[in-house]
Amino acid sequence: MTEQAASTQGASPTPAAARTWRKPPTIPNPVLRYGIVVAVVAYVIYAAGDVNLDIGRAIAGIPKAWDMLMQMVPPDFSRWELLLSGMLESLQMAVFSTAAGVLLSIPVAVGAARNIAPRPVYLLFRAYIGVVRTLPEVLIAIFFVKAFGFGAFAGTLTLTLASTGFVGKLLAEAIEEIDPGQVEAVPAAGASWPLVLVYAIQPQVLPRYVGLCIYRLDINLRESTILGIVGAGGIGAALYNSFGRYEYDVSAAILLLIIAVVLLAEWASGAIRARIQ
Amino acid sequence: MLEIAKLAKTYANGQAALVDCSLRIGQSQVVAVIGPSGAGKSTFIRCINRLVEPTHGRVTLDGQDVTALSGHAMARARRHMGMIFQEFNLVERLTVMENVLSGRLGYVGFWQALLRRFPAADIARAFDLLDRVGLAGYENNRADALSGGQRQRVGIARALIQEPKILLVDEPTSSLDPKTARVILGLVRDLAHERGIPALVNIHDVGLALMFAERVIGLADGHVVFDGAPGDVDAQVLTRIYGEADWRQTIRDTGDDTAERLTDGQAGDADPAPPDAGEGGTVGHRAAVGRP
Repeated sequence: MTEQAASTQGASPTPAAARTWRKPPTIPNPVLRYGIVVAVVAYVIYAAGDVNLDIGRAIAGIPKAWDMLMQMVPPDFSRWELLLSGMLESLQMAVFSTAAGVLLSIPVAVGAARNIAPRPVYLLFRAYIGVVRTLPEVLIAIFFVKAFGFGAFAGTLTLTLASTGFVGKLLAEAIEEIDPGQVEAVPAAGASWPLVLVYAIQPQVLPRYVGLCIYRLDINLRESTILGIVGAGGIGAALYNSFGRYEYDVSAAILLLIIAVVLLAEWASGAIRARIQ
Repeated sequence: MLEIAKLAKTYANGQAALVDCSLRIGQSQVVAVIGPSGAGKSTFIRCINRLVEPTHGRVTLDGQDVTALSGHAMARARRHMGMIFQEFNLVERLTVMENVLSGRLGYVGFWQALLRRFPAADIARAFDLLDRVGLAGYENNRADALSGGQRQRVGIARALIQEPKILLVDEPTSSLDPKTARVILGLVRDLAHERGIPALVNIHDVGLALMFAERVIGLADGHVVFDGAPGDVDAQVLTRIYGEADWRQTIRDTGDDTAERLTDGQAGDADPAPPDAGEGGTVGHRAAVGRP
């Protein structure tokens, strides 16, 4: 016992009993640390008051919501041709916009990768990605419906544009993370820049790109079911109209169909991506 | 004939990596460039094929001023300079064959390369080279499935398929174990001799440099401070290159290593191990046979 105590003391001049340890705080300044917490709590309270958070209203709404739900059962699939044609249009929008979008996103990604694009090109493409990704898809769709008229064309264009922003950004990041050593040898053998791109860079980012394409198809399928609400084609239009006509049983049928398709797409996308990674 | 005149490189941060290096390399010899870390060895070799842009000076290969070229013309000039890298720099997800054929990218068009439709002559040459470096049958293996020594063999084949006029070799053995390092350097030396081209080899291991080189260049602080035969490298020379230290061990070690390499080769004759069981294998054996 004494021996052990002696050896512990030998290891360090501090007596064993006095040695405690605590994880240092992430924000060292205590005023800042607690100040941030207080500020966040205060703002949440203020915001709750500002949006008229009214428990009474919420309670009053419950019977109405219940009523609507009751009208939804049983779902009415009698106009299945309408549902089917709407869903097929959504699917076509999603498939076409994904195909076009992922192809167009390749030049976008190359231009937006800091390690291979010249500075001005990089800034230009980053600005493009920034703009496209800042605007919500529904907003872009409203703009295209105004410009090109109602229908699937506006929706397809919206999803194509959004896809170039999404895949372009993530693929650019993949390009920025490549191993420069693997790239060095190819120009050293006298290869031109386009050959360096397809021979040294493409193999390094290909698995990521395929994963992104499938992920984007999944997103586009989901989005294509909703863009109809602003008149951009697909099954969303039928959903919006059924609500307008208080045909909640038809709405329920459409919602179930959308949920089924989205779940299926998500499951398929996940399964495929798990396989290639 | 490679001529380097007053080559200098100052990096953007003001660091002078290379100061007025002049050098002339004739036919078929292994030239080792030794020097301490940060002496400018890597910058020196990369300034020759302009993976690093020299600040001033001139590099001439067979009468062509490489430093004056730009864009497409520079890419064409690089086809004549085969490079071998410390970290092998293979494209990991491509096959051995694709990596070897990437040495021909300076000669084929975009679609040919993209669709992997290389000329039959290139493919035949690639098979011959894979055979020569001891990787016959490995053409469809992915580069990331190979061992370090095997990867460097692919790197050597890739450099040689260019049919270069010179080999630029940057620390070819730093990522390898001592035995594999010897085998790989032996392979580089033998191939340089077979093809009658010079090999400029950066190497930080003095013992290895003295063992394999026919000429040694000492770089210190961006200057050439020694240029001579390996036999002339003594304690005084090493002190000039690296600074004061006890060099007796290094110089004596070298003698021991040479002896060890020879017995190694003889042992290989008796060793029934298959070629890919360990580094060494076929190539070590072949190197030993080639040197009576």
